[in-house]
Amino acid sequence: MSDVSPVVVDRDIDTTNMQVSKTEVAIEIIGMNKWFGDFHVLRDINLRVMRGERIVIAGPSGSGKSTLIRCINRLEEHQKGQIIVNGVELTSDLRRVDEVRREVGMVFQHFNLFPHLTILQNLTLAPIWVRGVPKAKAEETAMMYLERVRIPEQAGKYPGQLSGGQQQRVAIARSLCMNPRIMLFDEPTSALDPEMVKEVLEVMISLAEEGMTMICVTHEMGFARQVANRVIFMDQGQIIEQNEPEAFFSNPQHERTKLFLSQILH
Amino acid sequence: MTDIAFVRSEMATAQPAPRRVSGMIAWLHKNLFASISDSVMTIIAVLFLLWIVPQLYGFLIGRAVPPGGTVEQCRVENVGACWAYIASEIEFFTYGFYPMAEYWRPNIVFAMLALIGLPLLWPSAPFKIANALLFFIVFPIASVILLSGGMFGLRYVPTEQWGGLLVTLIISVFGICVSLPLGILLALGRQSKLPIIKTLCVAFIELIRAVPLITVLFMASIMLPLFMPQGTTVDKLLRALVGVTLFSSAYMAEVVRGGMQAIGRGQYEAAQALGLGYWRRMGFVILPQALKHVIPGIVGNFISLFKDTSLVYIVGMKDLLEAVKTKNDAIEWASPTQSVTGYIFAAAVFWIFCFSISRYSRYWERRLNTGHKR
Repeated sequence: MSDVSPVVVDRDIDTTNMQVSKTEVAIEIIGMNKWFGDFHVLRDINLRVMRGERIVIAGPSGSGKSTLIRCINRLEEHQKGQIIVNGVELTSDLRRVDEVRREVGMVFQHFNLFPHLTILQNLTLAPIWVRGVPKAKAEETAMMYLERVRIPEQAGKYPGQLSGGQQQRVAIARSLCMNPRIMLFDEPTSALDPEMVKEVLEVMISLAEEGMTMICVTHEMGFARQVANRVIFMDQGQIIEQNEPEAFFSNPQHERTKLFLSQILH
Repeated sequence: MTDIAFVRSEMATAQPAPRRVSGMIAWLHKNLFASISDSVMTIIAVLFLLWIVPQLYGFLIGRAVPPGGTVEQCRVENVGACWAYIASEIEFFTYGFYPMAEYWRPNIVFAMLALIGLPLLWPSAPFKIANALLFFIVFPIASVILLSGGMFGLRYVPTEQWGGLLVTLIISVFGICVSLPLGILLALGRQSKLPIIKTLCVAFIELIRAVPLITVLFMASIMLPLFMPQGTTVDKLLRALVGVTLFSSAYMAEVVRGGMQAIGRGQYEAAQALGLGYWRRMGFVILPQALKHVIPGIVGNFISLFKDTSLVYIVGMKDLLEAVKTKNDAIEWASPTQSVTGYIFAAAVFWIFCFSISRYSRYWERRLNTGHKR
């Protein structure tokens, strides 16, 4: 089990800013349960994410990993337990929900860019209308993030004119324009052609290098190994095992984890 | 045995596309005489045109009595369309019983509609916000004051005397401008999580859609006064406006809902995840896409609304068609082709408006195509 998939980038990760806070909690999940109708999809989830952590959540499909991170910005409602994000507890109070969402960025498997808006408009919509940033300032910030994901020349185009990898980079930039403190990634590379996976992972790595708190649901084990400080394995709606990547891959404990790793790592 | 290995030694360069076969003969062959059955159909169609076009020409132009002709000319045997009749009654068709001395008032309203309304339809025209304020606030108020009068020294003209194209345009422009926003609100209400709002919207939509427009208009004019306190009267035109608008908005709501269902859940979620509230999610993300999907449906509703205005005769309004029908019985123009000519005229006016609406919507469909369908 020591043969882990190849590294994502052929360079050393700059860890200067990748520091996990010892004291500051970003996300606290306590005894959380969720049902879809009668189906118990998340069972007794307990998770504490410190500021600056890079967590990769892995697991077979249907294990509840996407549902878990979608609970963190309340795209899904939990029925039992507590979720506290940046010190704000998620309840049915919509103002709190919006407060949390402003500080938590999310990147989706299918990008979900707004097809009727240009790239620049996609990036400035929320800053202008949620944060009240003046249009010129929002556009300036948007261009800065487009530079960072290395597609400033596409600003005037529509999402339909971009490749999948470019669209996903725009989606990341769109989240960053809100200046979030936490980023959630829901299988960001699963819908991409193999050639484009790397360009998206590169952007995610550079985010990690800046110290962003990140939770990534992904099958990119190379990314987990190079970037994550913690890997969580889920199955049947529960956290089965979690560890530092090195130990997780080289010395998995639970039978289910061993089986999973043996199937995805050849 | 066989050698399946292959390595390309040089890349194929792009070639210009083969030249299309063009020219008259090629076009005829491709479009009209490609096969025996095509040829047969082409010949039948040509024969039909050869038969119908001269007849139409004869009736509409050749044997027709041009404007300015006399009724005697219209009474000769085998006469064509009696355009002289239309020309002499065009004022009634336009204004109904509106007092002749006051025609300048509706004329100003028509001019305002053209000068304020048309630039609004033209995307690159400047001053959009001012233009919209003028059209949606100043124009209706000014129109009501001008048309009904009774103030600023203007003679009072009751709505019973309004008629013809004036009434048709008032009802359809009002209906179009109000039924779309109302329909959008109903569609949003129908998808609301609040049970009371949802139930009310569903009940309204289903009730209205289950009833013919004539019944709605009839109820508006006969039943409404019964529920009102004794002595209050609701203006006939107002009843017709309300009836037509509510009726159309129920259909509009269902069209808009159809468009919203075509929007994937991911769009809602992305907007939510960015922290956009309900109205901004709907206004900036969902509705622009949903409405774009259903432009043909919305425009279909506008067109049927425009034509349905002719049903307001049921409450005693004289719209364009009813005005034509009234004059078709006029003795002073009694002639064999009088009523046919009247109906052709009415049909032509309706056609011009509806066809313009249709072409305009095609223009928006092309304009809004951002090529996101892959």
